[in-house]
Amino acid sequence: MTTQELATVCRQVRRDIINMTANAGSGHPGGSLSAVELMTGVFFTQMRVDPKNPHDPDRDRFVLSKGHAAPCYYGVLAEKGFISRDEFKNFRQLHSILQGHPDAKKVPGVDASTGSLGQGVSIANGMALGAKVLGKDTRVYVLCGDGECQEGQIWEAFMAAAHYKLDNLTVMIDWNGLQIDGTNDQVMSLGDLPAKLRAFGFDLHEVADGNDIAQVVDALNAPGVPGKPKCILAHTVKGKGVSFMENQVGWHGKAPNEEQRQQALQELEG
Amino acid sequence: MSEKLATREAYGKALVELGAQNDKVVVLDADLAGATMTKLFKAAYPDRFFDMGIAEADMVNTAAGLSTMGLIPFASTFAMFGAGRAYEQVRNSIAYPKFNVKLCMTHAGLSVGEDGGSHQSIEDLALMRVIPGMTVIVPADANETRKAVFALAEFNGPSYLRLARLASPVFEEDYPFEIGKACVLREGTDVAVFACGLMVNESLEAAKLLEKDGISAAVINVSTIKPIDAECVTKYAKKCGAVVTVEEHSTIGGLGDAVADVLMGKVNCKFHKIGVPDQFGQSGKALDVLREYGLAADLIAPVIKASL
Repeated sequence: MTTQELATVCRQVRRDIINMTANAGSGHPGGSLSAVELMTGVFFTQMRVDPKNPHDPDRDRFVLSKGHAAPCYYGVLAEKGFISRDEFKNFRQLHSILQGHPDAKKVPGVDASTGSLGQGVSIANGMALGAKVLGKDTRVYVLCGDGECQEGQIWEAFMAAAHYKLDNLTVMIDWNGLQIDGTNDQVMSLGDLPAKLRAFGFDLHEVADGNDIAQVVDALNAPGVPGKPKCILAHTVKGKGVSFMENQVGWHGKAPNEEQRQQALQELEG
Repeated sequence: MSEKLATREAYGKALVELGAQNDKVVVLDADLAGATMTKLFKAAYPDRFFDMGIAEADMVNTAAGLSTMGLIPFASTFAMFGAGRAYEQVRNSIAYPKFNVKLCMTHAGLSVGEDGGSHQSIEDLALMRVIPGMTVIVPADANETRKAVFALAEFNGPSYLRLARLASPVFEEDYPFEIGKACVLREGTDVAVFACGLMVNESLEAAKLLEKDGISAAVINVSTIKPIDAECVTKYAKKCGAVVTVEEHSTIGGLGDAVADVLMGKVNCKFHKIGVPDQFGQSGKALDVLREYGLAADLIAPVIKASL
């Protein structure tokens, strides 16, 4: 897929995020919009998955540790052909497969149920460890939020990833700098995150613009270091692509109204 | 009952036996392999054993990930940490997606002994029982533990196995084990005593004492707390007209409540729960601590008698 084609997918996923959250009247547009390139990059340039055989035991795995970015996940899964766009209207509604946070029992292409923060890396570690036990070449990807890195379990899992030399694991961090109550620094500073990640044993790849699909793909394609888990620390913009949402704390967990939806969609025109 | 063996030790031995037959079995621990007895598996199959360090939340979620790869993870630490500290991880990342993880937690209940109240988990059955779809098993002795381990390996879904630190009598009679089935170990007509774990043996001994007083007590080993054997519970409650539950657990939320849930509004009978009242445990030798809370045969018998 060309960079141009990937950018088209990203734009469509952004429109899906706006439509899904606007229809539902709730959801998390900000952190969904910031993660679009990371998730699109992984699903369209890295993962060996087959939408017709979503439970193929030999597939690569993805865990959305920041499960509230579900609208982005669902958009990407629809673009890949795992689910139908018709489902979008049921997002967050009774009896829908599209729960507010991803449910592995319900959605083809979802490998772990997430939403309670801090748990995804541990789950991904288990998958990566399992692949090694079974002698499979499975690659495992996990996407974390930055605020999520305030959870102690994240660091337990980082320690374990290095300890067990999980070089089949890629941790991506969507570093948009904002969380519910304010900026990371206002709420609980992450400090020198790159230095901490290196100290925890990662092969670290910092991406200057994590909303530039070419830069994200370059980082994903960069050869890893044998015996080390890989980490892509991506500087992103919360609410990316919608002018009135960009870098606004208030758009973490608020849906656009009809007028805002129309404006957002207009800005996201191809 | 000549031999004594802790259920944790039977667990460790069973894992080794299971590991030889099934190469999908993997075992995780959180720096307590020497105490939970997973060290036996570690020694036999080091490539399938993962020490996750003192990080219980991480351990249970790593087990979740392993299960999605088609492996059969058994994760162990003390009940306080596996069911308590990692509760929400168990709830959301194992039970919610119905992952096939076996949570086998040792040092449950008061019989931890000297380590004291901070380590005596008397809430784990309540915590695990309330999670939708969680299977909860408390084996009564070493033989049943072995059978439960093998049954769990064949079973697909989230499950919790409660094990004890204290060496306890191994029943001479080899009775059957099936997930979801209670087992009548002693017939009786005046009172149905439903017990689990170490309290099964105490209840059997209490029944002998009651017999001297002319009270005929049936003793039923309810090793599967959830899904509970409602048919057996109902049958014996009706037959005896009086029910007593005995458990090394809080009287809130454990076996007693599970039995009450079956009977409430359906069977008219006397009902009494024996267990740890609404309070924490304390340090002491295991048997002394159990006695302090009334969980010994000679203390259980008069309570049963008084309840009739």
